Amino acid sequence: MTTLQVMFILLGSITLAGGLYTVTARNLFHGALGLIVALAGVAALYALLEASFLAAAQVAIYIGAIAIMIIFAVMLTRGVMGAYPVKDLWSLAVSSIGTVLLLAVLLVTLFRFNWPQTTPAAVPADSIAQLGKALVDPNLYVLPFEVASVLLVAALIGSAYIARDKK
Amino acid sequence: MVPLTWYLVVAAVLFCIGVFGALARRNAVAVLMSIELMLNAVNINLVAFWRYLEPDKIVGQAFAAFVFIVAAAGTAVGLALIISVYRSRDTVDMENVDLMKW
Repeated sequence: MTTLQVMFILLGSITLAGGLYTVTARNLFHGALGLIVALAGVAALYALLEASFLAAAQVAIYIGAIAIMIIFAVMLTRGVMGAYPVKDLWSLAVSSIGTVLLLAVLLVTLFRFNWPQTTPAAVPADSIAQLGKALVDPNLYVLPFEVASVLLVAALIGSAYIARDKK
Repeated sequence: MVPLTWYLVVAAVLFCIGVFGALARRNAVAVLMSIELMLNAVNINLVAFWRYLEPDKIVGQAFAAFVFIVAAAGTAVGLALIISVYRSRDTVDMENVDLMKW
């Protein structure tokens, strides 16, 4: 087993442990901290996959913005749920069984498919520059890119409007 | 080199953790956090496929970047809705938010 594989197992288990804590923590604030651990683990996995721009964006967008926003929401709505963060036992059982079935289907499909075993080609040295150019290239993604900026403005105005105090 | 399958297994398990959270939790903020976990699992898949199958084309990374944008917009609107519901109904329990249920 190589060093990379050991690091992957370590980072993968940290990510999954954070995710599991997120959905099982009784205290929602602790769950949000578990979410930050999971997001940081995913950022590290991006770094292992040599997607350095996405690793940085993951830290900046997810941990820096989304996780902070979620913690704000937790604090603004705290103390209203009582000590029972999950549904009744029946729906808990149904959702557990459904999840395990989904996981089984995913894993069986995944292991039955014949994935290429060869070592992949090296990432081009200028992959970040390529990504930047592709995002503003008229033949590639300039239209989705501009639509995404309109979407962000719409989300900004919309959320400010929805969340404002109506008196 | 880490086999591609390992990344896919981690992503599948993370996605299922998110699905469980979204189904089993009653707090709307917890459901939103679970959705973030699912989006991240999908992003791991996209980036892993980019790295192992087509490292010369940038499409996998570009798609993951767009998932980031949509996730950020979705979270902002979702949290605004949750805060608005909390203001008007004093609850963030998914079971009690039935204003649009017939």
